[in-house]
Amino acid sequence: MQVNLTVNGDEVTREIEPRLLLVHFLRDELGLTGTHWGCDTSNCGTCVVLMDDEPVKSCTVLAAMAGGHAVRTVESLERDGTLDPVQQGFIEEHGLQCGFCTPGMMMTARALLDTNPNPSEAEIREAISGQICRCTGYQNIVKAIRWAAGHPLEPAGDTGS
Amino acid sequence: MQVPAPFEYERATSVDHALELLGRLGPEARIVAGGHSLLPMMKLRIAAPEYLIDINDLDELAYIEPSGGEVRIGALTRHRDLLDSELLAERLPMIREAEQLIADPVVRNRGTIGGALCQADPSEDLSAVCSALGARAVIRGPAHPGGERVVDMDEFHQGAYETAVGADEMLVEVRFALRDGHGSAYEKVKRRAGDWPVAAAGAAVWLDGNTIADAGLGLAGLGSDATHATRAEAALRGKPPSEEAFAEAGRIAAEDSSPASDQRGPEDYKRHLASELTQRALRRAVERALRG
Repeated sequence: MQVNLTVNGDEVTREIEPRLLLVHFLRDELGLTGTHWGCDTSNCGTCVVLMDDEPVKSCTVLAAMAGGHAVRTVESLERDGTLDPVQQGFIEEHGLQCGFCTPGMMMTARALLDTNPNPSEAEIREAISGQICRCTGYQNIVKAIRWAAGHPLEPAGDTGS
Repeated sequence: MQVPAPFEYERATSVDHALELLGRLGPEARIVAGGHSLLPMMKLRIAAPEYLIDINDLDELAYIEPSGGEVRIGALTRHRDLLDSELLAERLPMIREAEQLIADPVVRNRGTIGGALCQADPSEDLSAVCSALGARAVIRGPAHPGGERVVDMDEFHQGAYETAVGADEMLVEVRFALRDGHGSAYEKVKRRAGDWPVAAAGAAVWLDGNTIADAGLGLAGLGSDATHATRAEAALRGKPPSEEAFAEAGRIAAEDSSPASDQRGPEDYKRHLASELTQRALRRAVERALRG
């Protein structure tokens, strides 16, 4: 079957098997390997991408179901050589060690800050509660997101979604 | 890598279109909404439908609306919207409390009330919530006068993973009566964020002065026949709310539950939770009803 969707602002059309999951469509069909594939059971959250600006676990969404929607992956965060404040925050606050959970964490953080620019620590922890970091780095992930909240996106920045 | 067995994909453009597809494609067709129950089962090859009918475009099924003396919730309403609804938080507080503890925020962006109920997993919270609140399910299909029938949750639930929704039918709406003197609460024990419950209990009361005019109790994770604790409910009706009445309801709820020992805990512990969580939920439900 044919699927048409927008990925990081670009129109994409591909011939796919209906059973293809969105995470594999992004990684294998489009080469966007920033989105990680982890537990395969919608528990770990490293595969989180934004669909119409909402975080979803792309291992539990069919690529076919994303047809007609706007998908945003971690590759879209950096613009013209400038990091998204969420990315900068993960650098400033040492928000990652191995980096496996990081793309999902950053996309959830971006969606949180887009709807709630100044979240409390409890709101940040709730937002990332469906995502697992096995380097025990939650403290610094929370700090990284707080750092990003203190450095809002430039208004000129087009979200591309 | 978990990959579903091959299937054909159709996208419904209306409820009528979805029903027509169900009729044409036959019993091997399944409706998919949020997909957070069905797709994991397909990835594990526990489910292998030949056709998937995607209803995510049916905005007509996504609503929370007061209507006369009740609230009507469309089957495609997401967990997130149930959680965020101020109307539900005010009038049926058990729903927000349960939603805060269902899966995690990202899963709640996709999962729907209709999908949760149709999955009919005995550990799924909304089945307990709907049973406790006396919800009724609106099922649309070709064989009914006017195209739809309305069933209570006892008729809806036919056992673990089985519902009254026939192969050519679909759940379109869930209705909750709004009655005065109401208070409700949900109590759940789980091992970690996002996990299924070890056990959970929802309690609803409708007070008339200092008497429990009506009560509703729903359980999750405590056995497929225990979703609606009808005998414990009956023990509360007509009594003044008291610790003795709550303890008696808790005792009966535990007696009527049939938990299995598994990695989430041994059977006797779960049975203990059935009693304890029922009592805690009743206590808070009555407090809320008294606050008005």
